[in-house]
Amino acid sequence: MKLECKHVWEHISEYIDGSVDAKLREDIERHLEHCEICSAILDSTRNILILTADDRTFELPVGYSERLHERLAKELKSAEKDSEKE
Amino acid sequence: MEMTRTKEAGLIARILTGEKELFHELIRPYERMVYLTLFSIVRNETEAEDGAQEAVISAYRHLASFRGDAKFSTWLTTIAINEGRKRLRKAKGAAEDSIEEKEESHEGDYTPAPLTDWREIPLEALERKELREALRGAVAELPYIYRQVLTLRDLEELNIEETAEALGITTGAVKVRLHRARMMLQKRLVPYLKTTAPARRSFFGRAL
Ligand SMILES: [Zn+2]
Repeated sequence: MKLECKHVWEHISEYIDGSVDAKLREDIERHLEHCEICSAILDSTRNILILTADDRTFELPVGYSERLHERLAKELKSAEKDSEKE
Repeated sequence: MEMTRTKEAGLIARILTGEKELFHELIRPYERMVYLTLFSIVRNETEAEDGAQEAVISAYRHLASFRGDAKFSTWLTTIAINEGRKRLRKAKGAAEDSIEEKEESHEGDYTPAPLTDWREIPLEALERKELREALRGAVAELPYIYRQVLTLRDLEELNIEETAEALGITTGAVKVRLHRARMMLQKRLVPYLKTTAPARRSFFGRAL
């Protein structure tokens, strides 16, 4: 079966995740071989997702981890006191 | 990075029988995940950090109710989502949730941008603040339900089933939202895909 570009676009996300079935995968791959536009959409989407997922893109606030563990330490201590009282 | 499930289960058992200090170790691999979940909902650094602390404390207090049938990361994400939603409601009034949920039924344009001439953006380009801001901005602009699914799936790397479980939606809904989120993101970042090459320089270091 020959796929139209629009049909390929509908499955790009699932194709990236590797969750399309074998038959569809084959059809998509055959389409990609000769369609520059769909290949560019697929590759650029992958490119964007890799960049977005990079730790540098969404940085944690400076000192976040330290403050989190400080707060947690306080909580653990106060829970200890509570159990001593009982 | 993720601890093996057996090691994690062992840690949890020891914490529950009194070795409370080990909770620090249990939570460490998930600090980033908890923060990103909160940030995807509240979209404010201070609010996200406060919420992340609350979520972690809450996870500690309720650890005894954690059942080993779910993954600890999924369970923790659910707590983080609830904390985020609570904060959002407080900040914006109860109407927000119902408005946001409707977006899914709207017919929008979720087609990707067709590109013929584009250049791959290399990872080194992330050294540029402008690009990082553009990426964050593109995610921040996604409607709530899409932003949330994209964050869990693509930033925190939960799988489809875990994402569905954490959000309390079907795997089908996760796939639809994820597809739309990714396509919107690709479309918004087209200007960067077309102009990422740095200005070419002559032998004398001047831009041509
Ligand atoms: Zn095509």
